[in-house]
Amino acid sequence: MQDSKSVGIVIPQYVQIDKPLQLKSGLSLDSYHLVYETYGQLNAARSNAVLICHALSGTHHVAGVYAENEKSVGWWDNMVGPGKPIDTNQLFVIGVNNLGGCHGSTGPASLDPRTGKHYGASFPIVTVEDWVEAQAQLAEHLGIEQFAAVVGGSLGGMQAMQWTLDYPEKVRHALVIAAAPKLTAQNIAFNDVARQAIMTDQEFYGGNFYAYDTLPRRGLRLARMLGHITYLSDDSMAAKFGRSLRNGELSFGFDVEFEIESYLRYQGDKFADLFDANSYLLMTKALDYFDPAGSYDGDLSSAFRVAKANFLVISFTSDWRFSPERSREIVKALLKNELNVSYAEIASSHGHDSFLMTTPCYHQLVRAYMDNISI
Amino acid sequence: MTDTTAPSTIALRPDFAAIAEWINPGAKILDLGCGDGSLLRYLRDTRNVFGYGVEIDDDNLLSCFRNGINVIHNDLEAGLSSFASDSFDYVILSQTLQAVRNTEGIIQEMLRVGKEGIISFPNFGHWKNRVQVISGRMPVSETLPYNWYDTPNIHLCTLGDFEALCQQCNARILERSVMNNHYRPVNFLPNLRGMLAFYRFESRD
Repeated sequence: MQDSKSVGIVIPQYVQIDKPLQLKSGLSLDSYHLVYETYGQLNAARSNAVLICHALSGTHHVAGVYAENEKSVGWWDNMVGPGKPIDTNQLFVIGVNNLGGCHGSTGPASLDPRTGKHYGASFPIVTVEDWVEAQAQLAEHLGIEQFAAVVGGSLGGMQAMQWTLDYPEKVRHALVIAAAPKLTAQNIAFNDVARQAIMTDQEFYGGNFYAYDTLPRRGLRLARMLGHITYLSDDSMAAKFGRSLRNGELSFGFDVEFEIESYLRYQGDKFADLFDANSYLLMTKALDYFDPAGSYDGDLSSAFRVAKANFLVISFTSDWRFSPERSREIVKALLKNELNVSYAEIASSHGHDSFLMTTPCYHQLVRAYMDNISI
Repeated sequence: MTDTTAPSTIALRPDFAAIAEWINPGAKILDLGCGDGSLLRYLRDTRNVFGYGVEIDDDNLLSCFRNGINVIHNDLEAGLSSFASDSFDYVILSQTLQAVRNTEGIIQEMLRVGKEGIISFPNFGHWKNRVQVISGRMPVSETLPYNWYDTPNIHLCTLGDFEALCQQCNARILERSVMNNHYRPVNFLPNLRGMLAFYRFESRD
């Protein structure tokens, strides 16, 4: 093992963008701000920048910790840092909170400058394409003309793909991890149940709950519990919880009995206090709408015809939300376009969440790939 | 940059050189069971080819990454459905044939995906192997270094056997080259004196 440590204490930064953003929906945002973090140093040639795109509940806080809060470790701290697979000794790494999020970038919980009130339900639906456009504005702000790599897992992997389609000249490498070229009906169904849980919560108030000083906590909690089940695998749940009982015996009631119930409720509660319900709705919609092949009669290889990047595609054997088959669809389309692509299917029992885990084989491959990127 | 394959190692692989001789510069290559990727890397460096390796083993996959070649993690036995028909100039199966379960299937897939196929394999008909069998033991040699009970080689064949299979698979043999145990060309009694066999073929259709 190489010596690797944390990037240490980090401070989020903000950029106000006053160039109107034309959204895919037809609506537009006149101005917005993005919160981001950077790790490592941008080199003189500005050729070592790496953009990390976050997934559904991710944030700009990719690596490091905040001062006076030891527990505030970035969500991909095991991957990004000095001597880590995405090595900040060599690379200038950027994490950004996506538009519509709830961790500092403009989103439904922000104040609408036109009304002085929370956007709430009036915040426009944003798509993966819109996010890429907003990220491109951030790149311009930072003086980055081309990324050495754009990297993302799950919904983040979709953004990495979208970058290679919208800005083929601006991405040298795309790392598409535990992603899919589009959602299946089953994926959309899970998302809709999550949305229904939120929207039918009496405290939702049509998305304007801020005005009532409340939260659709129960709905968001259920949405997260459901989502969480799909991020794990049957095997990993069996290994971690099995049929273990909290109190060692059946109580013949409807209170928490099995450990898995306890775990899911805890995850749901924690999430409901931290995440904005409207942002959750937006993120799931962005997932549902992502379909680069949609404009090409469903032919993904036609969609990738414009792409020029080199690709690394990674999937995980136990991921049933975005299974290896879905990654192979991406690989097939890239092969058809004679693009440089490598594909790895990592044996892991952690389901969709595997992309966040420190599986040695997975991290070794990402490290080896990143080491070969010329900067 | 990580460099795990020293050029000196490549120079010791006359079997790579034999394959490279058949490859047109700039060709598009698929290397099935590409191991650590050193053949593909050699062909890239000496023949300026573009291509992909296919490999199932995790350790080999990592070596391929370090060698900087494109590699697709895939089980050959599951076929080559990720690859379109006639999408490669050459599909190579270098010293892997003997370990493949679905031998006919893989040859059919090579003919589908590539304009030409190149297969190399250790010749079971080599006299040293024959001598060992006659003396009552399963052969162990330079090219077949395993004991019968731990060998990954499940489909060993002779030149004659392979040529019969090509006939059966509707593959037309375009070129053959045979090397002895000193990696020198063998022209006289190749099925007896040849240690390694190389074939270049195409579909009859």
